[in-house]
Amino acid sequence: MIPAPFAYARPSTIDEALQAVATGGEDVKILAGGQSLIPVMRLRLAAPETVVDLTKVAELRGVREEGDAIVVGAMTTHSDVLSDPLIARYAPLIAEATETVADRQVRHRGTFGGALAHADPAGDLPAVALALDAEFVIAGLSGRRTVPAAEFFVDYLTTALEEGELLVEIRVPKREGWAMHYEKFNRVAQAWSIVAVAAAVRMEGGRIAEARIGLTNMGPTPLRASAVEAALAGADATAEAIAAAAEHAGEGTSPSSDLNAQADYRQHLATVLTRRAVSAACGL
Amino acid sequence: MTQISVRVDGADYSDDVEPRTLLVHYLREQLGKVGTVVGCDTSNCGACTVHLDGEAVKSCTVFAVQADGSEVTTIEGISSNGTLHPMQKAFHEMHGLQCGFCTPGMIMASIDLVNDNPDPSEDEVREGIEGNLCRCTGYQNIVRAVQQAAGEMHGRTDAADTLGAQS
Repeated sequence: MIPAPFAYARPSTIDEALQAVATGGEDVKILAGGQSLIPVMRLRLAAPETVVDLTKVAELRGVREEGDAIVVGAMTTHSDVLSDPLIARYAPLIAEATETVADRQVRHRGTFGGALAHADPAGDLPAVALALDAEFVIAGLSGRRTVPAAEFFVDYLTTALEEGELLVEIRVPKREGWAMHYEKFNRVAQAWSIVAVAAAVRMEGGRIAEARIGLTNMGPTPLRASAVEAALAGADATAEAIAAAAEHAGEGTSPSSDLNAQADYRQHLATVLTRRAVSAACGL
Repeated sequence: MTQISVRVDGADYSDDVEPRTLLVHYLREQLGKVGTVVGCDTSNCGACTVHLDGEAVKSCTVFAVQADGSEVTTIEGISSNGTLHPMQKAFHEMHGLQCGFCTPGMIMASIDLVNDNPDPSEDEVREGIEGNLCRCTGYQNIVRAVQQAAGEMHGRTDAADTLGAQS
């Protein structure tokens, strides 16, 4: 199918983009890589009045270092994320999850910021951003504000982005020396996660000093597995201790039931995948 | 209408397009590049894969306006002076197709893969072309073709010796 007609704006700076959004009418969509938006428009599930295309906004691309954080431009493509040395060094969890997103062609177009702003509960990057305590830098006509990941994901496909605002970059605290792993379960190639688990652990000797666990597709938003994190803090990095902690992974979750999995099966998957993710991160 | 300038298979074009025009429709209907096909219409099958500034993309999920200022290579632009590209030749020699509908996309995705990974293992080929669906072959000979072409594209001769086509 062909999308419904729309007015098209192609800004080349963030300021121009904000102006285009402000003057675009009632229903404005921001086009990043388009790998979710274009299919949705083709199905006419979305028929925006105006599309603001960020393709030419060069200042939104790239990864840089800033003090104790790395800053990822919202329009950095998945394939650029995969080859970025700063991400490999300070936040390898992002690369590991990105590698599982869709397929090569989609990763060439799809963007880090676009995937986060779309906030699909089955998307892989929201849970990673949550686990790593990322901060979202949002621009509006009146200035910029920063929202922590814990407050960015509000509901199904809904974020803290207000009308007229633009996600410009994502700040990710450097976690050098942390061990990380992304464990994803799906049925076929290029499919969405049925459930996935993002794990980051800081080891001290043979113990887990600190753990951060993000859950993909276990509710309308990504979730932190707080009970697992509490059980892992100070625990020995043994298969038994990790398995016992992972039993808590379903607590406080509200997964959906659909063609792929019932809610109780998703909760079972969360415990299994959490055990695998933490074990892999600990090198077990 | 929005004006775009693109270079497609080595020729420059300047055209007015509706913003909602998908790149694949621009290529097929406005430029007559019908070698690139539309398969699933949902960004799944990869039959419409072309290279946009050297990277494989699904042209059914890119607006033509997004290609403004870019270089596009389609399946029609990879042979030179009547000589098949090594990937085309390998798909032919290894029987990497049956009905042939997925082939333009398979070849463009496989060239992209081999540009990044000059000597992919069987698993790496299968993962590398996960965005392309073939409903005929079971992928066996496609994987063989990609590995043979990788050898030829990077000046190795061993691949062809060890991977005979299935009779």
